[in-house]
Amino acid sequence: MPATGAPVRVSAVSKHFDNGLQALSDVSLTVAAGEFVSLLGPSGCGKTTLLRIIAGLATPTSGSVGRPTGRHDMGFVFQEPTLMPWATALANVELPLKLAGLARSERRARAEDALAGVGLAGFEKSYPRELSGGMKMRVSIARALVTQPRLLLMDEPFAALDEISRHRLNLDLLALWQQRRFTAIFVTHSVFESVFLSQRIVIMGTRPGRIASELPVATSHARDEAFRTSADYVAICRLASAQLGQAMAA
Amino acid sequence: MSVKVVAPLVLGLLVLGLWEEAVRALAVPPYILPGPILIARTLVADWSTLAPSLWVTLSITLAALGAAVVVGGVLAVLFSLSRWVELSLFPYAVVLQVTPVVAIAPLIIVWANDVDLSLLICAWLVAFFPILSNTILGLRSVDRNLLSLFELYGAGRWRTLVYLRLPAALPYFLGGLRISGGLALIGAVVAEFVAGTGGNASGLAWRILEAGYQLKVPRMFAALALISATGIAIFLVLTLLSHLLLRRWHESALDGQE
Repeated sequence: MPATGAPVRVSAVSKHFDNGLQALSDVSLTVAAGEFVSLLGPSGCGKTTLLRIIAGLATPTSGSVGRPTGRHDMGFVFQEPTLMPWATALANVELPLKLAGLARSERRARAEDALAGVGLAGFEKSYPRELSGGMKMRVSIARALVTQPRLLLMDEPFAALDEISRHRLNLDLLALWQQRRFTAIFVTHSVFESVFLSQRIVIMGTRPGRIASELPVATSHARDEAFRTSADYVAICRLASAQLGQAMAA
Repeated sequence: MSVKVVAPLVLGLLVLGLWEEAVRALAVPPYILPGPILIARTLVADWSTLAPSLWVTLSITLAALGAAVVVGGVLAVLFSLSRWVELSLFPYAVVLQVTPVVAIAPLIIVWANDVDLSLLICAWLVAFFPILSNTILGLRSVDRNLLSLFELYGAGRWRTLVYLRLPAALPYFLGGLRISGGLALIGAVVAEFVAGTGGNASGLAWRILEAGYQLKVPRMFAALALISATGIAIFLVLTLLSHLLLRRWHESALDGQE
């Protein structure tokens, strides 16, 4: 079993932009090692900003973040596939290893494994433009996982996909998470996606961005396609929707 | 052969045929307008005079283009690395670009004190700006998220430049190169007109001037045809280069596929 998940601790983080807008107000959040947490909220609630602060891509105005410190400990999946169009799928997945200075043969072998892990064996030599939207997103996930990270941050990665691809990728993501037990923080504006994927949903409100409430996804049901039509799923979706409605009204 | 080749070819032959017919039917004297057949004959007959001149013009053009690629490319990279360098130098690059080369050519000829060198400088002056400005644009048009990704993996400035900014700028650079290829030739020819020097090692522009003084109009047309052919050849070679480098991944190289 590869590296296990790492905990994340966000303490009293606030973020003001230069234009005076307050993106986040006093956000505190603890994510346990190996936990799958969704950040659910309407657009403009600062969930992407929070994710970027956790990743270290943005600095909070006040407050602090505890996260794994190693360069290889973190993977990030953006809303778009964000692939280099001039590089093959394999070269794209190799990138984090190349930047870490790994030998060519080793990074090739690991990138091939990572691509196979997302069901893209045989597409190593394809260029991004030759792949469908869902496949590009798989390459993006393979790239994030190729360093065996202990924390995977995802910023609405499936928002631009059609529903069929999205459902399949949801299942595949869960399978990868169950295999590797990294900590996952998943930003989404879809109630259904957050309920299907996560163990806990953190619901955020706007103006300023803040955590409104938290909802554990309490179910003993296996996370498979049948879960989507189960009574538990429907009940939790209803709860999450209600809390999201409150967060937006407040 | 595709219609893309056949259509302009047919039109070209048709126009040449009409031209020849008109010159014959109206009995236009060759010192006013020679027909295409006479021009072709002159090209063959005067080849021993024209070929060395073609070589001179071509080598100045290519050297200027090479210098434009090096200076334009290096400056663009420097500009992208340092905002201060860009803020201080870019206005002067613009000044060089907007000042007509014909106007500064006499100065350059006085200063350089060597005809070939001054022609090279003039051609370079005209050619380097499109490469500079296009490459700067390309180096800046990098996907924000890819930049974040490189930052996340601690790539640093240098590796971000090599692995991300330069490949992203390639299509823009090649677009600039295609414009500069034609401009380098124009610069070389214009500068030679201004320099107006004769001798054995003179280019096609001088041959045109010389033939004009002697009223050898067919030879003027022959030299003109060679200049055009050179420009077309440069354009085609650069287009092919661009296609070969971009065909696997860039949108601009994808027409006719899928």
